[in-house]
Amino acid sequence: MIETDQLTRCYGHLTAVDALSIRVEPGQVLGLLGPNGAGKSTAMRMIAGFLVPTSGTARVCGHDVSREPLKAKRALGYLPEGAPSYGEMTVREFLHFIVRMRGLKAETGYRRFDAVVQQLQLEEVLEVCIDTLSKGLRRRVGLAQAILHDPPVLMLDEPTDGLDPNQKHAVRQLIDVMARDRTILISTHLLEEVHALCNRVVIIARGKLLADATPAELEARSRYHGAVSFSAPGSGMSQEMLGRLPQVASIEVDPLDGRITVFPKPGERILEAVETLLREQGLEVSEIQLERGRLDEVFRQITTSDERTAEVRA
Amino acid sequence: MSPVNAVLRRELRSYFVTPVAYVFLVIFLVLSGILTFYAGDYYERGQADLQPFFAMHPWLYLILVPAITMRMWAEEAKGGTLELLLTLPLTLWQAMLGKFLAAWLFIGLALALTFPIWITVNYLGSPDNGIILAGYLGSWLMAGSFVAIGACLSALTRSQVVAFILTALVCVLLILIGQPQVLDFFSGALPRKLINAVAHLSMLRHFEAIARGVLDVRDLLYFLLSTLGWLLAGVLLLDLKRTR
Repeated sequence: MIETDQLTRCYGHLTAVDALSIRVEPGQVLGLLGPNGAGKSTAMRMIAGFLVPTSGTARVCGHDVSREPLKAKRALGYLPEGAPSYGEMTVREFLHFIVRMRGLKAETGYRRFDAVVQQLQLEEVLEVCIDTLSKGLRRRVGLAQAILHDPPVLMLDEPTDGLDPNQKHAVRQLIDVMARDRTILISTHLLEEVHALCNRVVIIARGKLLADATPAELEARSRYHGAVSFSAPGSGMSQEMLGRLPQVASIEVDPLDGRITVFPKPGERILEAVETLLREQGLEVSEIQLERGRLDEVFRQITTSDERTAEVRA
Repeated sequence: MSPVNAVLRRELRSYFVTPVAYVFLVIFLVLSGILTFYAGDYYERGQADLQPFFAMHPWLYLILVPAITMRMWAEEAKGGTLELLLTLPLTLWQAMLGKFLAAWLFIGLALALTFPIWITVNYLGSPDNGIILAGYLGSWLMAGSFVAIGACLSALTRSQVVAFILTALVCVLLILIGQPQVLDFFSGALPRKLINAVAHLSMLRHFEAIARGVLDVRDLLYFLLSTLGWLLAGVLLLDLKRTR
């Protein structure tokens, strides 16, 4: 379990993390989401015990990171931003170093070593210097280091950054498998990752917590949630008809590809009504889609709310 | 295995994987040999001892120890591995001690590899081997203090060059501070008691005392305490960095 209570960190006058209180339970995969410079990494560094909070506390499995740092660190597997590792070591040497640092007994150490090497597909590069590895492989070595001692709490700072789609998929599967009985906190600015991995999302910007919800709840905040979009050539007439439907709030046409999006009034479901109408009009619809909501739009809306209100007023 | 041991092994290994170790060993052995025979008038003195050999050590350490210690923390801070190391379950003291011991043992190895000169002097004459042993001990203790200074100052900065220069500067101060020329220079400006106190801070003075074969507790304590003091300062610096 990870708990933070009013966790705050200042750099001079700049407040990087501002009274952040979150709580992640076992079985949860919490995605810490925010624009660059939002304070994600700073918050994680405090939880990992690398930085000392200016005020507030953080606990890992009930151990205060300031008062019982060693106990907290033992319970935690941490992948720092950029997955740093000792470049002059080979992958095998590096992971053996971590085994020793973690104080694993010989037998457990070898078993875990073999397991993570297999899980992260590092067999072929074991004797290669980390310096000469590709970015993706280095990231996997970093992940191997973080999960080597099979920790109950895992904290990963941008775990799939720099990986190709196949590697991303493999890492996500790994996290999925580990998620069952563990507490996992990942930071990311990839919204697809939230869908693929997280069952809870915390959005922060300028160090402040702005939203704490499930991915589905966030999507429901999107103005696209429940909207219906379709492509149909020569649908000029039907636009007017659609506008007259009682459940419809507005209609937008994409100026590039002519795709039409119909927005419902709050709480209304419009898919069937739209479909019926289109059929009555005898329009050829190649494909029709019910939108779940767009996370990127919600993300922008939440993290730039000040500017947005200004925009709307103008 | 304790974390100190793990850090120690990793550091030692990194010396030998990179050229650092070999460059250091070769330069140390060549220079200590050349300086002893040419600058130290080894033969002309006509005495079977290693005084000229040990007299060169402070000056060798002045250049070579900072070269070993400059990367100790600066490189980790710059490469981001500091975050990895300090989020593993070990205390700052353990990390510092591991790194210090690695560098100190490494210099111990360099010292041990000067054994041909000891064989030479035993072949040429019959020296007092007790005094030579004391010389080695003193030299190694002094190296420990230098390493501790370097470890501390490397924690101060991300730049290895800055760490090198600061370390060399502090070391040269500590070597020179007890020299008569330096003390005379200040004798007009400072009270006599202060000058005497400052003279006791001199590394050279304590080293020469041990190298003469006089094992005084005060000399041993000087090196022990200055080593621990600088290591402590380094740990405090690292801790301070976490709050800044």
